[in-house]
Amino acid sequence: MTTATSDIPMVHADCVSKSFGSNEVLKSISLTVPRGEVLCLVGPSGSGKSTFLRCINHLERVNAGRLTVDGVLVGYEERGDKLYELKPKVAARQRRDIGMVFQRFNLFPHMTAIENIIEAPIRVKGIKKEAAVVRARELLARVGLAEKEDAYPAHLSGGQQQRVAIARALAMDPKLMLFDEPTSALDPELVGEVLDVMKNLAESGMTMIVVTHEMGFAREVADSLVFMDGGVVVESGDPAEVLSNPKHKRTQAFLSKVL
Amino acid sequence: MSQPDSGRSATQSTVLPNGAGAPAPIKAIRLRHPWRNVVAVILILMLALFIIDASQRDAYGWDNFAKYIFDKRISQAAGYTLLLTIYSMIIAIILGITLAVMRLSDNPVVKGVAWLYLWVFRGTPIYVQLVFWGLFATIYKTIDIGIPFTTPWLQFPTDFISVFWLAVIGLSLNEAAYMAEIVRAGILSVDKGQDEAATALGMSWIQTMRRVVIPQAMRIIIPPTGNEVISMLKTTSLVAAVPFSFDLYGRSRDISAVIFDPIPLLLVASAWYLAFTSILMVGQYFLEKRFSRGVGQARPEKKGTETGAIPVTTGIVVPPGAGGTDTTDKPGKEHR
Repeated sequence: MTTATSDIPMVHADCVSKSFGSNEVLKSISLTVPRGEVLCLVGPSGSGKSTFLRCINHLERVNAGRLTVDGVLVGYEERGDKLYELKPKVAARQRRDIGMVFQRFNLFPHMTAIENIIEAPIRVKGIKKEAAVVRARELLARVGLAEKEDAYPAHLSGGQQQRVAIARALAMDPKLMLFDEPTSALDPELVGEVLDVMKNLAESGMTMIVVTHEMGFAREVADSLVFMDGGVVVESGDPAEVLSNPKHKRTQAFLSKVL
Repeated sequence: MSQPDSGRSATQSTVLPNGAGAPAPIKAIRLRHPWRNVVAVILILMLALFIIDASQRDAYGWDNFAKYIFDKRISQAAGYTLLLTIYSMIIAIILGITLAVMRLSDNPVVKGVAWLYLWVFRGTPIYVQLVFWGLFATIYKTIDIGIPFTTPWLQFPTDFISVFWLAVIGLSLNEAAYMAEIVRAGILSVDKGQDEAATALGMSWIQTMRRVVIPQAMRIIIPPTGNEVISMLKTTSLVAAVPFSFDLYGRSRDISAVIFDPIPLLLVASAWYLAFTSILMVGQYFLEKRFSRGVGQARPEKKGTETGAIPVTTGIVVPPGAGGTDTTDKPGKEHR
């Protein structure tokens, strides 16, 4: 796309901070994700990676700094020089365009795979059921689960559930996909099938932010890699460069344990 | 034979106890429990003695029991008892859901009001509350609708409210407090991730509740609600406090006051209550069975349910000739 808006980065964080009470989880995070690129966020647990994702999707509200998605300020509305907290309705409208995939899938257990996928397009976007079903079947085929549309989540393996979850997020036609440790709850032999789906998605030009411990995936798919620890960005850059040549001591220590 | 092979056949024989080389079943002398038998015999004897004695005791007045058990006034009273139960439970469930949502609200005042309601209605006896409702018309002569401290637009005299509806109000407002806690427990039992997933998809709070949270909370809410219905049926016997006296217990007391024989009428009322609770218990059993099924609410699947992770007959080498007792991993049978 060569429209005027393509210069605006999909996600831009400028000194973003977030604390829960006195616990400062994010300390002045600054990073940029250009349109169509894949950013991998790595780091030890408790480093603030997930919180950062949740801030992008309005599940948490930032305390300081500016966070924009597609040029639009997240969590607040700017009128004049004042910031106003968003009404739930406005926040919901912004969330629609951002797909999110969770570590524990969070599929709706009382709905079949296809019902999970068509729920939001029908209820939120007001798409007709027939059209939503057609689209859902396409998406299920895309994640390799065409024959599982009538299966309940309890009857699917972890990897299959996560692929349905990805299809569910894609059904809203998001411009940005957030992955919060999508393979961490999976048996080792099921990780590959989910990563394959994500890789295809990245190749199709989707802008993605992926919190992951899969360094192989980061090296192969990501355009840039950010290493976080203790709520700050310790190191960032080209994935291959950061992974094979970490400059910071903390990064070296972490990678030596993970790789 | 190499070592790993012999190790493998050892695991095989433990996996397949009915295989070709299975040992004969153990025949051992059963352990006796003499005291267990003694206690059982004593209990049965006591019960038999009680029944024989009761059937011959004049005070029970079995002739009057037989005369009144299907008396028209009694069966009408049973109808009133059922109506009291049904109306009260319907109002209590609606009010209970409202209170539960209020208690989960972020607004401290809304939360506080719901808490206050629960505090008052759970903290005072239902009997006392029913007496209060009986005196409602004495406390509030009229219900005024309008702007406070000005002449009301509409005015209803309260003595028009029948005792039956005062009883329903009294029972339901009390029950709502308990229903609120049941509904709240149900809503809280749903994983927080469900709420987040729905929110992340852009669903509103109402949509999330109606489509995602409540359907899952029902599994937790239904069984205790069944208990509450049974409990309500029995609590209706307290409406004499209002005083409403056309219910099962009230009518029995009235009849017994006329024939100067209270005991057979108590038995009549008890028999009706027992019959109703028995029916409700059967219903409860089926409801619980229906709602305690696996999280997936196993709708039978036509194509079978391979989980994809574990291939069928993992690790079990089927010996030839043991065809009938092989694969335990048949698709679609995990939920036996």
